[in-house]
Amino acid sequence: MPGLAVTELTLSHFRSHRRMTLEAGPRPVAIFGPNGAGKTNLIEAVSLLSPGRGMRRAGADEIARRPEALGWKIGAEMDTPSGRHSVETWSEGGPRSVQVDGKPAPQAALGRIARVVWLVPSMDRLWIEASEGRRRFLDRMVLAFDPGHGEASLAYEKAMRQRNRLLKDQVRDAGWYGALEAQMASAGARIASARRSALSRIAAAQEGAVTAFPAADLFVEAEGPEEEDALAEAFARGRPADLHAGRTLIGPHRTDLGATYTAKGVPAAQCSTGEQKALLISLVLAQARAVAEDAGAPPLLLLDEVAAHLDEGRRAALYDEIVRLGAQAWMTGTGPELFEPLEGRAQRLHVTEADGISRVEDVT
Amino acid sequence: MDRPPSDIEALIELMARLPGLGPRSARRAVLRMIKKRGQLLQPLSEAMVKVAATARECVNCGNVGTSELCAICADPRRETGEICVVEDVADLWAMERSQVFKGRYHVLGGTLSALDAVGPDELRIPRLVDRAKTEEAREVILALNATIDGQTTAHYIAGELEALGVRVTSLAQGVPIGGELDYLDDGTITAALNARKSL
Ligand SMILES: Nc1ncnc2c1ncn2[C@@H]1O[C@H](COP(=O)(O)OP(=O)(O)OP(=O)(O)O)[C@@H](O)[C@H]1O
Ligand SMILES: [Mg+2]
Ligand SMILES: [Zn+2]
Repeated sequence: MPGLAVTELTLSHFRSHRRMTLEAGPRPVAIFGPNGAGKTNLIEAVSLLSPGRGMRRAGADEIARRPEALGWKIGAEMDTPSGRHSVETWSEGGPRSVQVDGKPAPQAALGRIARVVWLVPSMDRLWIEASEGRRRFLDRMVLAFDPGHGEASLAYEKAMRQRNRLLKDQVRDAGWYGALEAQMASAGARIASARRSALSRIAAAQEGAVTAFPAADLFVEAEGPEEEDALAEAFARGRPADLHAGRTLIGPHRTDLGATYTAKGVPAAQCSTGEQKALLISLVLAQARAVAEDAGAPPLLLLDEVAAHLDEGRRAALYDEIVRLGAQAWMTGTGPELFEPLEGRAQRLHVTEADGISRVEDVT
Repeated sequence: MDRPPSDIEALIELMARLPGLGPRSARRAVLRMIKKRGQLLQPLSEAMVKVAATARECVNCGNVGTSELCAICADPRRETGEICVVEDVADLWAMERSQVFKGRYHVLGGTLSALDAVGPDELRIPRLVDRAKTEEAREVILALNATIDGQTTAHYIAGELEALGVRVTSLAQGVPIGGELDYLDDGTITAALNARKSL
């Protein structure tokens, strides 16, 4: 089965990486080195091979290497189920540009080439913090199943921003609201059904899976209806309240993602720190299995500092599952010993830093 | 001295503001005009003076022309009962190049955007509603871009015309998402017009 893998990665003036080229195979990539060496920066670059702002949600201008701040560029050769592709993305100060196979392309086109899912340390508090983070996590999972989800979300966002402006300006033109709401309802219904379908596929992938990680029941908590006509009607009915608030109070932009620890029947927010982390890993793995079945290849997995927080048994289990999946998982940790159980099954990169410039050495 | 004299420099700077021209191509163009003063520069400057004196917006449809009514609105053969609504004059010209549409136009001059403070009045939408009545339009064809703002505008206009009982159709077919009408080739425009759908 042809998988999904970055086979060559080139970074130019990308954060602490001034100029870096590395070759990779379909195997997992274990990245180790001291704090501040540039490990997370490296996998952040991989996250930008998918649409959006990447795993740090950085602005294009934050990424440009300081002190030069001349702009940055990422180049990648990829093996995908639809063949080999070459992707370039860069910014020279403005919004980031994309080229696929040498031709300019919209950012959304990236979603059709590389499906990318990540876990970063700040997600440790995902279940106890504001709903925005959970919604983003949910949408990232949906995007890996359904590349069109990105366009629908963008369309919804754009129409809603216009509507919110009308609300703020206290405009009363019902026809104008109606026109925007029709678009929000159509995109919103698509968003809602894509989310539900992603969750049911993840649920199916958890059932009967042999895994060392605990299963979670996921559910959406919607604010308002999810079907197109009902949603359009709800927007229209909500105008007085929205005018009062100065923004749109219902709709898929307010949806929350809930989770319960299946075995214990306890909400994720009430689980221990370690249990919450295990739930997240479990979801990412279940999703990877489901996407593999769906798209013919598991997504690229970016696991920043995941290994360090697991006990030895779980760590070994995680590695085994990743290898079994055949996913190109990019994993970071400070010491090489964290990746010992992967010996011989992964590529190993040693990242160091001198004078603010990262150096990546393949020590496989 | 490696800079051109200031009059020429000023001309280059003006030219460089034109769409499709940067400083480099503006410099080349100006140099070329100076070399071909008789064939190029003189007639060009005369044409520009003329257009500067006579160019104006058609009071009926917003097309550009040289009299109160543009050539299309002044031509009785184009009173077919069909009005094609476009975002700007470049789109009108693209439609005209394809020669499939025989009726008249209405140029909005943009799309609805609360964020840019562009509302129905800025877009001559009330005027379009008037025209649909006075010209006894049978069909209003919306040839708006498939962007969010373009489609919002289409919805809005359809709503405004609903009470008049005019058939409102849309070109959406064949126009790519985010596609700009002006960039479509004639064949695509013809196909899109023939496959128009009721809204
Ligand atoms: N735009 C930039 N230009 C130059 N350096 C940057 C830029 N952005 C971040 N850095 C630097 O990159 C360095 C490496 O960051 P990174 O997060 O990759 O470290 P890391 O190896 O993951 O460390 P840790 O083990 O602590 O997570 C940091 O010292 C940071 O200051
Ligand atoms: Mg890090
Ligand atoms: Zn006219």
